[in-house]
Amino acid sequence: MDKLASFVLDYVSYVVKGSPKFYAWMGCLGVLIVIWAYGNYVQATEGLAITGLTSQVSDGLYLGNFVFLVGVAAAAVTVVFPAYVYHHKALHDVTVLGEMVAISAVIMCILFILSHLGRPDRLWHMMPIIGILNFPHSMLAFDTLVLMAYLLLNMVCGFYFLYTKYTGSRMNHSWYMPLIYVSIVWALSIHTVTAFFVNTMPARPFWHHGMMPIQFISTAFAAGPALIILIFLIIRRNTKLWIADEAINLLSTIATFCLGIALFLLMSEVVTELYHPTEHALGREYLMFGVHGLSPLVPWFWAALAANIVAFVMLVIPGIRKNYRLLPVACVLAFAGIWVQKGVGLLVPGYVPSPIGEVTNYVPTALELLITLGNWAIGFFILTILAKGAIGILLGEVKYASEPWAVIRNAAPPPYRTSIEPTRMQPWALSSDPGARVEVGNGARPGSRARRQGRVALG
Amino acid sequence: MLQERTPLVDPDEAPPAQREARPGHAGKAERTVSSSRRGFLKDAGGLSIASLMGAAALLANSDDAQAKVEWAEWFQGNYRLMTDKEKAQAKARLEKRYSEEYLKPVTVDTTPAKEGVLFGYALNIQKCIGCRRCVKACVQENNQSRGNAQEIEWIRVLKMKKGAFTPEKMNQGYPDPAGIQVGGNAYSAAGVTLEGEHYYQPEQVPEQDAFYMPIACMQCEKPPCVKVCPVRTTYREADGIVVIDYNWCIGCRQCMNACPYWARRFNWREPNLPKEEMNPRTHYLGNRPRMQGVVEKCTFCVQRTRQGRYPACVEVCPVGARKFGNLLDPNSEVRRILDGKRVFRLRAELNTYPKFFYYMD
Repeated sequence: MDKLASFVLDYVSYVVKGSPKFYAWMGCLGVLIVIWAYGNYVQATEGLAITGLTSQVSDGLYLGNFVFLVGVAAAAVTVVFPAYVYHHKALHDVTVLGEMVAISAVIMCILFILSHLGRPDRLWHMMPIIGILNFPHSMLAFDTLVLMAYLLLNMVCGFYFLYTKYTGSRMNHSWYMPLIYVSIVWALSIHTVTAFFVNTMPARPFWHHGMMPIQFISTAFAAGPALIILIFLIIRRNTKLWIADEAINLLSTIATFCLGIALFLLMSEVVTELYHPTEHALGREYLMFGVHGLSPLVPWFWAALAANIVAFVMLVIPGIRKNYRLLPVACVLAFAGIWVQKGVGLLVPGYVPSPIGEVTNYVPTALELLITLGNWAIGFFILTILAKGAIGILLGEVKYASEPWAVIRNAAPPPYRTSIEPTRMQPWALSSDPGARVEVGNGARPGSRARRQGRVALG
Repeated sequence: MLQERTPLVDPDEAPPAQREARPGHAGKAERTVSSSRRGFLKDAGGLSIASLMGAAALLANSDDAQAKVEWAEWFQGNYRLMTDKEKAQAKARLEKRYSEEYLKPVTVDTTPAKEGVLFGYALNIQKCIGCRRCVKACVQENNQSRGNAQEIEWIRVLKMKKGAFTPEKMNQGYPDPAGIQVGGNAYSAAGVTLEGEHYYQPEQVPEQDAFYMPIACMQCEKPPCVKVCPVRTTYREADGIVVIDYNWCIGCRQCMNACPYWARRFNWREPNLPKEEMNPRTHYLGNRPRMQGVVEKCTFCVQRTRQGRYPACVEVCPVGARKFGNLLDPNSEVRRILDGKRVFRLRAELNTYPKFFYYMD
């Protein structure tokens, strides 16, 4: 209990201290969060009438961002899976950061669902026993359940890992590893169920096709790693933690493949629907070309498609993929393109035309945009805190020190640079560049003692 | 090309700008003057203080009682799972609150479904003249929100095209390089489809170039909206009516997505229901006043039909196009229509099995 208390204390006191840059970043997010609070107050009193939603287009930015962020949460598996199934060393070192991204993304999902609900005060109606959870009939109930379980899995795995790292004790693999494997399958399940949440309604032909789950997963595993790569590069640049090139390269390879698959699936869908366009293809025509001269989504669709194609071409070329000046550009393009395609571009055409053939434009209001931005700000606020704490523990700067022998036992040199200096001179340098980082030995790697010894023997 | 091929509203008739989200039906636009007591309490210093001073004076010292009522309402369970005692308590609470709010004695009926009854509806599209009296009667009977800020109508009357075929279109076609026609240009929206103009404002009805098809909730036997509800707030009653417990709804709008007939409406803001226009004879599952953030729809006027009366739309229809009755009774009007007329259901291919039938003489 002592250890746990000091873990919390040390964690918090480490996280609140930072450079001026850190405070400036958190301050900006804080401003957005204050505006978000105001927006929420207005929405709670005035109702969802303050949004651009209508009886015809009854879901927009809120649910679109929810769908997209479930993908980002699921994409943590692109870090966890290679780390634990293929024993990818570089990713194994930073798996916990992937889990922290997942936790923040699920929290953002919850925030967007709360913004989306007409009566968030009645959320307890969904709780089993005191309320009624229409499980398994309702896909929303199903989705809530799997998302909550995913949040729990990532919190348990992530913080257990950090706690053992902090105390220097050994991990209990007999339950930790099964949980990791469960979380890998679970990550796929959350996005699959989210796809079913959207595509199981024959009333909305634009969504009603069996390709939705695989499309969701392929786009998620392109946008997710793109975001994680950006976060990793930022961490490399601004902290002492050195994330190996191999980790970033594997993630960019995954993003490349998945983006390619996503583009192929989109092409299949477009040809199938538009070869002989039925009334059921009107949503797609509205998205791509406009119907009756109403075409607010057309520029968004084509810009997103262009961004995705450019990103794919950039990623396919190894020279660009491994160039850490250009890689962020490709990542931003892929992330933004998929956000448009999967956020507003997926939801709104489901409502246009309405079941009785009405074409209605949806334009989000300023308050709706600010609440959306605020939800993202809260997510990044939490992510910054979680990542900072995790980095501190990975670096050994946050450590349980009341038992000296525990520290001594893990006294091997750390697997990261001890100085931030080289990064400042060469922010995008490759690991192979000897001037860029301090080479370290094999000690203090995570993993069982047997595996560690094996590795030492091999080395 | 798209404009002609799509069987939607004729663009010449209603310019696109007008067909964009209309304030009335879309539940948007100007801020409404909040005239309910609850609204007043919520945004202190609201716009209609003066008009509410009288009401506040009448209801002096009832603030605590009001607060208690609302707390109790917040904690009440799903209507279908309530015991008879809890239902009676909920009824009493609501009657008290509504009576105070609308300044007249309001009754909240909790009559359950009768055994041996399955309600069904039949509508003669040959007779309908598109006058929309049913729409207005429904709004009056069922206490929907009205006014520019949020206008909710459960019935929409769709105006259908009879088709425009002109000789000029004949020569256009799609000649392929070999000169063989692979398709023509004489396509035109015509006949009964679910797509239709529902904002029509003619000088008089019926118009020569159109016929009309009213739609509302189809009271499906396999309602997709019920299946998707995460909290089972919307469900099918034993007499076949699909109802909503407004106090249990969390406002997730999944039912609106699932409904193929666009029958459900959401209260984007606190509904605007003037006191003098409020219909005080209500049913818990039917026309009692709704609150902000919940979904509502047609209930076959459960407050009337469970007392042996016709729904308001049937009563008001000037041409007798609307028929209502018990599908289990072989002598009821609906059953006779089903036996003797050509009937069809909307979107029958979706297997929702509506209990709302259309027929022609």
